[in-house]
Amino acid sequence: MLQRLRESKSMQGALLALPTTLWLLVLLIIPLFLTLVVSFGQRSPDGNVIYSFTLDNYTRLLGYNTDCPAGQSSCFDPLYVNILWRSLSLAFNTTVIVITLAYPLAYFIARATPKRRNLFLFMVLIPLWTNFVIRVYAWMMLLRKEGAINIALGWLANLFNIPFAPLEMLYTPGAVLVGMVYEFLPFMILPIYTSLEKIDNSLYEAAADLGANAFRTFLRVTLPLSMPGVVAGTILVFIPVMGTFIVSDILGGRQVILVGNLIQRQFLDARDPTFGSAASLILMVMTLIVTYFYTRKFGFGEEIVSA
Amino acid sequence: MNPHKRSPLVIAAASLVYFFLYAPIVILILYSFNASRANVTFEGFITETSSRVVMDGSLVKASPCGFFHWYCDLSRNDDVIEAAENTLTIAFTATIIATTIGTMAALALQRYDFKFKPFSQLSLYIPIVIPEIVMGIGILTLFSQTFGALNSALNLTGDSRLSLGIWTVTVSHIAFMVPFVTLVVQARLQGFDKSYEEAAMDLGANEWTTFWRVTFPMILPGVLSGALLAFTLSLDDFVITFFTNGPGSTTLPIYVYGLLRRIITPQVNALSTVWILIVFLAVLALQWLQSREQKPAQ
Amino acid sequence: MTSEFAVELRDVVKRFITPEGNEIAAVDHVTMQIKNGEFFSMLGSSGCGKTTSLRMIAGFEWPTEGEVYIEGKAMGHTPPYQRKVNTVFQSYALFQHMTVFQNVAFGLEMEGVKESEIKQRVGRALEMVQLTGMERRKPKQLSGGQQQRVAVARALVKTPEVLLLDEPLGALDLKLRKEMQLELKALQQQLGITFIYVTHDQEEALTMSDRIAVMSKGRVQQLATPVEIYERPVNKFVADFIGESNFLEGKIKSISKDEAVVHIPALNADIRGMPMARDMVNGEEVIVSIRPEKVRIVESGAKTDGIFKARVMNSVYIGSDTHVYAELDGVRLKVMEQNRISRLDPSSFYNKDQVISLLFLPENTLVLKKD
Repeated sequence: MLQRLRESKSMQGALLALPTTLWLLVLLIIPLFLTLVVSFGQRSPDGNVIYSFTLDNYTRLLGYNTDCPAGQSSCFDPLYVNILWRSLSLAFNTTVIVITLAYPLAYFIARATPKRRNLFLFMVLIPLWTNFVIRVYAWMMLLRKEGAINIALGWLANLFNIPFAPLEMLYTPGAVLVGMVYEFLPFMILPIYTSLEKIDNSLYEAAADLGANAFRTFLRVTLPLSMPGVVAGTILVFIPVMGTFIVSDILGGRQVILVGNLIQRQFLDARDPTFGSAASLILMVMTLIVTYFYTRKFGFGEEIVSA
Repeated sequence: MNPHKRSPLVIAAASLVYFFLYAPIVILILYSFNASRANVTFEGFITETSSRVVMDGSLVKASPCGFFHWYCDLSRNDDVIEAAENTLTIAFTATIIATTIGTMAALALQRYDFKFKPFSQLSLYIPIVIPEIVMGIGILTLFSQTFGALNSALNLTGDSRLSLGIWTVTVSHIAFMVPFVTLVVQARLQGFDKSYEEAAMDLGANEWTTFWRVTFPMILPGVLSGALLAFTLSLDDFVITFFTNGPGSTTLPIYVYGLLRRIITPQVNALSTVWILIVFLAVLALQWLQSREQKPAQ
Repeated sequence: MTSEFAVELRDVVKRFITPEGNEIAAVDHVTMQIKNGEFFSMLGSSGCGKTTSLRMIAGFEWPTEGEVYIEGKAMGHTPPYQRKVNTVFQSYALFQHMTVFQNVAFGLEMEGVKESEIKQRVGRALEMVQLTGMERRKPKQLSGGQQQRVAVARALVKTPEVLLLDEPLGALDLKLRKEMQLELKALQQQLGITFIYVTHDQEEALTMSDRIAVMSKGRVQQLATPVEIYERPVNKFVADFIGESNFLEGKIKSISKDEAVVHIPALNADIRGMPMARDMVNGEEVIVSIRPEKVRIVESGAKTDGIFKARVMNSVYIGSDTHVYAELDGVRLKVMEQNRISRLDPSSFYNKDQVISLLFLPENTLVLKKD
């Protein structure tokens, strides 16, 4: 047996990969499958799952209600479709803003002298190492009516003698957007930096030698070569934004409800795991479709683990 | 041509982004010294020291710890201490297990061919391409359904009933950490020249000795950065923990989240500041160790 | 010593599956016997199977068919750490996390040698390769040549019966390579052990080896001494690969044991040469091979057999020699002449379109089988 193991490379490999594969099978793949099963079930009055096969949860999500106002047999309720759409567009907006902010900084770091590069990179990482929840809380303090932003604005207004009333910023869609951008910015900076840093300096020299000015060099050399970083960063930002519920919960109050909040409530307050599972699967399918088309177009770089 | 030349526009943009990254943290830390218990506006520092806490309405006038009143307050908060203990226990246990099995898997995927290799490799991307909440509720469903079934099948009652707790959180953390460890170590292994191992075997070392004397020391930096990544992921995790924790297994992020929905005193800011400080010092120490390691021994 | 041969490969085949799923034989029915104490080279271009053969001797690969014998013992699936051979790697494979001393000591540690003895033997090994005093350096702090020496010391400290060297000088610059060639050869003679040396550099192989196996497409084309390989190549591949050769196609008109008369249609003439295979028959299609330096340029008045008039296409002065490219009835030939007399413009003697007379002596002309 031992002799066979020593000589069989495939047995050794299988044995080495087994713990991880089993772990992922039991705790990631089987749960996904269970979610699928539950999503076709029905909710029992005490909040448990009755296993059956019904598409009710899905039709309800897509807006086709069964309990309609009197006299109507079917009716359209856009509530959940709106939530899905809101999540999608928020994720899109967040990603675009994050790219716009992250790119100049990543470029700045990549072109710094090697010694300073580490310091600048370290400065990006520090906020990332403070806790996710703590970072949301920091924004709550900033955005409040009595918060630092309003104080600063009031002070400025006073300086120029403009009448000023504190802005209501907390519990708005804008607050959620800012929070999301802040939370996920480092996840874009790091992969873009990684791909920029890989670009050989001689390429810039070659471009200059061939007559390209700084702007054209950027457009024709730097930008295309850093695309793998942007792609990886987009995946690292877009997907979590789609599923996060804390940011909207704390900075959006009850005003901004995203898919994440919807799912969370089904499992805690509303106690309807079947509906929550269906919503969760729709969320997964949405992210997978976006990722699939996005990576098919741009590829899936190794920068993904750079963060 | 100077490769390090950057246009003032880039420098300005970069500075603004750094400001955006740091302003909230600075404010957060500042408010941890707030005299106001309500912590809505900044009412100045606590300037006086006294043997007992002196309050004026919701303002702390004087405290035995003076300026650091909220830090002292924090150190007496048993819930925080329990949450911190839980967080660290989970993070350490999960990191050790995830790093071990993740490194094994990376070796397998990079070096060997075996039947279920494509499946193993593909499953690593699940936590990257699927939102955490989807995994969270999936794992919750798995636990609640199997626990329910087992509890009734084995007639378990009272304390012996299977329920969510520290171990369910740990096991779930490992699940989402392992792929990151594996991918990081795999990336390091890609540049690994097999002839080092062949040389060791050629010199008389068997497979086991070769691994521990040659392969492992050479991939150690990769394994360590994988472990560090895993550890920070665990410390930072909210969503998976949220769905898999039970009574007595509250972690710091869960605890803070709970507070945010109720009353917030500057104690939360003090907690955040301590957290930032510890993480900062830990990473600094690690960097220092690494730079010392890399210095050539003349 | 139990066997006359240090290493023996008997009908060894090694097949690999390419990433595209095709099966290829990297080593294809190779048989060779390497004698004790000899400096043996495997020579060929990349992909000829030389490195794979070496790796099968070391134990990094196992033959698909056939058997490798070391000291007369069949190796089967014996792992590398149980074979009495040691390897010097092309990349040196020095352990970066260990010092020079630790690298060299590693093999002895594995044998369980006492610490005091390790110290002594490592010291002697480093002295042998002139690296005394470098014990505490890390490999990265050494020059390429020094790293190479550490790799040799690390393998030799184990006192193997056979030392395997996989292109050990490939990464060094030309001057250092020449120095190391002589040093390695001296080391081998001093220690009296068997060296099996893999290289793609023919000059290196010719300089150092007692015997050479010229390999191509997984097969041994010729296994002989350097002189035999150069002067009596058995086929067109060897004649072409080692040094340079002019080839002419023809048909045997008459043949005896040591001379064949070959009719060359392109020249519409007969050439006499030495048959390089026993089984040639009258009327067989063959190739006539003659080395550039063995073609003589003679006075145009001379009247002997084997003289051909040719037209100069181009002549190149390269210092010690002049290379003349000449055309002989549509056949291009290369002729090399030593510059024995100092003059400022050697090319003035061989101008373009000048007609010269070339002499092919039968003892310089080889008749090779067509494949």
